[in-house]
This record gives sequence, C-alpha cells and structure tokens, in this order.
Amino acid sequence: MDETTVSTAETATPEPRLETHHELPFWRKYIFSTDHKMIGIQYALTGGFFLFFGFGLMMLMRWSMAYPDQPVPVLGFLFGEAKAIGPDAYNIMGAMHGTIMVFLGVVPLAFGAFGNFVLPLQIGAPDMAFPKLNAASYWALFVGGVIMLVSFFVPEGAAKSGWTAYPPLADIDIGWGQTLWLFGMIFLITSSLLGAINFITTTIQMRAKGMTFMRFPFFVWAQFVTAFLLLLAFPPLESAAILQLMDRLADTSFFLPTGLVVSGELISGELANRSGGGSPILWQHLFWFLAHPEVYVLILPGLGIVAEIIANNTRKPLFGYKAMVYSLIFIGFMSFTVWAHHMYITGMGTTMNAFFQTTTMIISIPSVVILSCLFLSLWGGSIRFNTPMLFALGFLPMFGIGGLTGLPLGLSAADIHLHDTYYVIGHFHYVVAPGTLFALFAGIYYWFPKVTGKMMSETLGKIHFFGSFVLMNLIFFPMMIQGLAGINRRLYDGGAAYADPAAVIEPGFYSHAANFLHLNKLMSHSAWLLGLVQVVFLVNLFWSLARGKAAGRNPWQGTTLEWATASPPPHGNFDGPIEIHRDPYEYSVPGAAADFSPQFEEPPAAAAGGGA
Amino acid sequence: MSATVEIPYITEPRPDTGLVNVKLGTWLFLASEVMLFGGLFSAYILLRAGAETWPEGASILNVPLATLNTFVLITSSITMVLAWASLVRGDFSKYRRFNYATLACGLAFLVVKYFEYSAKFHHGLFPSESTFLAIYFTLTGLHGLHVVGGMTMLAYYAFPGSSMWHTNRVQFTNRVECAGLFWHLVDLVWIFLFPVLYLM
Repeated sequence: MDETTVSTAETATPEPRLETHHELPFWRKYIFSTDHKMIGIQYALTGGFFLFFGFGLMMLMRWSMAYPDQPVPVLGFLFGEAKAIGPDAYNIMGAMHGTIMVFLGVVPLAFGAFGNFVLPLQIGAPDMAFPKLNAASYWALFVGGVIMLVSFFVPEGAAKSGWTAYPPLADIDIGWGQTLWLFGMIFLITSSLLGAINFITTTIQMRAKGMTFMRFPFFVWAQFVTAFLLLLAFPPLESAAILQLMDRLADTSFFLPTGLVVSGELISGELANRSGGGSPILWQHLFWFLAHPEVYVLILPGLGIVAEIIANNTRKPLFGYKAMVYSLIFIGFMSFTVWAHHMYITGMGTTMNAFFQTTTMIISIPSVVILSCLFLSLWGGSIRFNTPMLFALGFLPMFGIGGLTGLPLGLSAADIHLHDTYYVIGHFHYVVAPGTLFALFAGIYYWFPKVTGKMMSETLGKIHFFGSFVLMNLIFFPMMIQGLAGINRRLYDGGAAYADPAAVIEPGFYSHAANFLHLNKLMSHSAWLLGLVQVVFLVNLFWSLARGKAAGRNPWQGTTLEWATASPPPHGNFDGPIEIHRDPYEYSVPGAAADFSPQFEEPPAAAAGGGA
Repeated sequence: MSATVEIPYITEPRPDTGLVNVKLGTWLFLASEVMLFGGLFSAYILLRAGAETWPEGASILNVPLATLNTFVLITSSITMVLAWASLVRGDFSKYRRFNYATLACGLAFLVVKYFEYSAKFHHGLFPSESTFLAIYFTLTGLHGLHVVGGMTMLAYYAFPGSSMWHTNRVQFTNRVECAGLFWHLVDLVWIFLFPVLYLM
C-alpha cells in the first residue's frame, strides 16, 4: 500500500511546512482556530477573565461581611435602592463565585490553557490528536460561560443555592437562575469531556519518537491523570444535572422527599402535583462523586507546574520522580472512593463514615509523598529565586497548610464540629487560592516567554508575589480561627448575629464567636488589597507583552521539549522531526558541557558516532 | 500546504499502541457514556431501595412493544456490523444497503417509542406521577436522544459523509467502525434498560 511509506515518514513532524505556509484569515487564526496553542491562549484569556470576575464577586461579598447592610461604595447602584447587599444578592454572589472560580476559572486555566499549550509541546506533538474537537471543547466552555453570565440578568437573578446546588433548595428555587445554571453546567461538562478525550488520546498517540511514559515531564503525567478524572467523574454530575432539570422542568421528585412543606405549602406527596418519594441525599452522592475528583482536577495540574519549575530552578532532577508518578496514579484511583467525606452530617451512619474516613486518610498519603518529594528536591540545589520559582516555593507550604487542615475534616468526629463553618472555607481556599492559583501564576511567569517570546518583568513579578503571599494568608488564616470558634459560612452579614445582644437566647449561648467577628474587617481589607496587587500582575502582563525583552528559545535553560522550538512556536510546533534521548530532568549531569542536558539533544557519544 | 497541521496515526495505527487516534478517542467517549448511564442506574437503585412501594414495570408499561423494540435494536446492531464489514471488503453499495437498514431499525425503534410515550400521556401518566415514571421517562428519554444522535451520525455517513470513501477509504472505514461502536453502546444500554424498567 502506497500510504505506508508516507505515514512512517510522518511519525514525527514532517519538514516541508514553512515554505508553503500561508497566512490564515483573521477569524481562522484567532477566533475559530484549531491550533492547540491558540486554543490554549483562548482558554487562558477566558479563564483569566472569569477568575477576575469571580474575585470581583468575592470582593463585593467581603464588603457585606465586614460592613453588613451598609451601602456599597462605587458599585452600590447594582443593588437597588438601599445600595446595600441583601441576603438574596449575597447568596447569588456566593453560589456564582464558587461555580465560576471552579468550573470557569481554575479548570479552564489549569487544564484547558496550560494543558493545551504545554502538553503537546512537551511530548513533541505537532498538535492535539483532534484539533477540531479541541476547538469545539473551547466553544462549549464559551457557551457555558455566557449562559452563566446571562443568568445574572434574569428577573430573579442567578442561581443562589450554593455552588453545590443542594436540593430541595435548588429544586424549588423560583425563577430561571438555577435552571440556567444547570444548562450552563451541561455545556461546561461537555467541554471538559471533549477536552479530556483529546488530552488522553494525544498523550498516548502523539508522543514523539523516544518519548516513553517514564520520560514524560511530571506536568504531562499530571495532565494525563487529570484528564482521566474529568472523563470518568464528570458524567455522573451530568446525570445529576439531568435529574435536577427534570425536577425543575417536568415536576419530578428525584430529590424531593414525600411531604415536603415550604412556607406552609405542600410541595410533594399524594396531595400535591408532584409525587414525592425522592431523596435529597441522592444529589449529594452524585454531586460529590464528581466534586471530590474535581478537587484533584484543581490541584494536580498545579502540582505538575510546580514540579517543572522546581526541577528547572534547583538545577537538579526531581527527587523521587517515579514515586511521584505512582502516587499521582494512586491519587487518581483513590479520588473516586472518598466522596462521602463531604457528607458526614447527613446521617449516613457510622459504618459508612468509617469507610470514607479510612479511604480519606489513605488518599492523603500519596499527596504527602508528592509534596515531600518536591520539598526534598530543594535539598542541595543551587536555587535560582526568579518569579516563577518564588510562586512555586510559596505553593509548597500553602498547599501543605491546605492539605493538613483537611485531615480534621476527613474524620467524622472532628467534622461534626467544623462542618459548614469558616474552617472549611479556609481549608479549601488554602488548597485552591495560595495553592493552585500560586501554581498557575508560577506557570504563567514560567511559560509566558514561550507563549509570547517576551520575558516578564522580574521586579513587578516579585512585588506581585510578596504582596499576594502576605495578603492570601491574612485572608484565609483568620477563617480557620473563625471556623474553630464556630462561625457559620454563608452568612451575608459575616455572622453579625453572634454579637447581637437581642439574639442571645440565654447568656453565653451565642457569645462563643463574638470575639472573632473583628477578623471580618481584617480579611476584607486584605482581600481588597489583594485585588490591588493583582493590578501589578496585569500591568506586568501588558507591559511585558509590549516592552519585555526578547526571550529566545530557552530562556530558563530548561530540558523539556517545549524549549526546543521558537518562542512563540510556529504552526506545527517544531522545526523538524524531533527525537527524545533522555529523561526529563537531566540537570547538572556530571561531565556534561552545560548544567542542563535537554531531552531533545543527542548524547555526545552518539553525536560523535556520526549522529545516525 | 493546507491550513491544518498533519496529524499522524489517522489512517495507520501507531505501531506501539496498535491504535488509530479515532478509535482510542471513541473508546474513551464510550467510557464516559458508561459513567453517565451508570450514574443514572445508581440513582435508580438508590431511589428504588428507598421507596415504600415500587410498581412492577409490566403493570404500567407495555412489555410486548418493548420486546419488539429490543429485537429491532439488536437487528440494527447486526446490520451495523455488516455495513462496516462490507466496507472492509471494499463493497460500497452493500455498505449503503446495510446502513439504510440500520437507519430503518433506528427509526422503527423511535416510532414504537413514540406510541409508548403517547399512550402513557393519554392516560395521564406523566413524569410527575411517580418516581417510577420519572426515572422511566428520564432513562428512556436520554436513551432515545442517543438513538437520535447515532442516527444523525449514520445518516451523515450514508449521504454527505460517504464521499470520503472515494478520497480516503481507510479513514472512512475507521469512522464507520467508530460510529458502529457508539451504536452498539446505545444498543447495550437498552439491553440493560429493558429488564430493569419493564421486567423487574
């Protein structure tokens, strides 16, 4: 067959590409692009926009918590006559902050943007395996994002039942907000599914010659496992969303128990127009079956980015690469068996609790292995403290705090006290905000030169890092203290009632938290300052794009494949066929000419032998 | 050159994995589909286990019609395989005929389903009536959507998409094979739905 010869020659990037290259029309190149790099940038811009939007919602919420019922400065016109944030508006912002940050901010940035841009480069692929599907997955995300934004403008406002959308509340919530939330989620789920299929196929099929699995940079492994989590964990949420849609649109009772009465009106049961007989707990099971793996979707790409940067800036191989990879795979499997540790207070019973406590304690072990390996990688390195490295180093203790504060929540006895308090908020924000977000910032500073061909400003980067590092802790650490004092989450006034003498049922009953309410102001002011510090980042981004100094191919003296090509990489990625000769992190190899031996460079012995 | 980068392993399997891209992608998609229906079947089990009473499927639903539909779908799976096998043998006109037969079976399935649904609605049996009917309509409705999706794909490969046969036989055969994989999954889901909803 005549095709055989052609295709074997094309196992790597074929050559005659640049000479016949012609410019694509604007809309093909920038809008409906099928190039993984452009799609990665689209994901980054969309994810970045939603991160700042979700952060904006949070800054407004923090106003209400620090200064309840007082008019909001500048943006007061958004909240009607009183210009103050009421409970309903607060609930909307709370639900949408969570939804947007998780599904439209961090996942598109960590998985969509970094995965799309970096993963094919790191495995030596010319593009993703399914470029059109890749574009489709971005546009599904885009539609989902638009639906979420539109839902703010429907009469009753956007979804207000929390990002977890627990029924019965979410089932009986009036208006289109929650329904649009469900439609939006279906688009976002579709986007992630298509992306996951594409990533896995690409990783398995598009590897360049010599790129075996154990030569993958850790980042590729992290994305690979993440893709499996998305592939298998998201569909059950989709089925849950379908069931909730049925509840809302076809009056079914999947999540409504018999005899539910709301405001004196019978909602479900024989005498109502719905049958009843459903189970609110069913939603929680289906939701957390997704949402716990989702936690690892949020963190694993971050671990991957940090691993790359630490190896590069300590100038030595990662400590325990194989242990890290196996831990990663183990986390992937285990993350499907821990979901009900979010549900200890639903009354599942001690047997179920015991099972999920055990699995939860087990899954913390591989996480600790990975984090310890990253810490140990620092040992004896001659560390370069550039901006990406600072963020990566900041990530390590922050993620450590986030992880360790999770252990008491994983044990049902401690969780009964801590559940639904600010402790929970503090815990998972430590994982996601100074954890994942720092990793993402590190990644942006690290790969910005590859994406744009320009270096980012180190001075502005360091201001951004130290400002964010201090302020993040001032926001989230007080939450732990408040939570231990028993302050509930989801209170629009930040728990003002705890200090209200009129609310005291008997002396001392409510006073347990009164002394900790002053922290609300500290946290809010820190949050707004954090917003200000991010302006430095944005300025850096645009300034560097215009004025940054040229980066060249390999500004960080890295060893992985993305540094083998031009910055920004051309259509088709590499200059010619690319071959992998060694493990990913061959830094400071004794006897080598430089302190880094890239994967794409032939070993000297082979080169001396004629290079054939 | 064309505007797109040439992606390897579209027609020739990658030597070390023995797969073309589309087949791996399709299997991954099927895995996610299994999780989707798995979630719904789990919901069914939990709801039924928690219910005070649960009607026998046959007392509400039409078992003979569903049995007929089961045979129709199984037949369609056979014609689907034969369509692909004809392409492998290079017999395009035979492929067309088997593809039409598959489409006809899909259509017959939907028509029977339409009669079943309208009979229920006629008797005032809506999803809000009971948890059993709610899960019945949700599961069969979602399955029906999958049948429609599969038929759309098959119709595309029967009519406009089939021109690829003349430009790239291998890739077209791969595509039909993967469409077939999806069609078999849809069939398989029904094989589970039928006893769970109608007989148990």
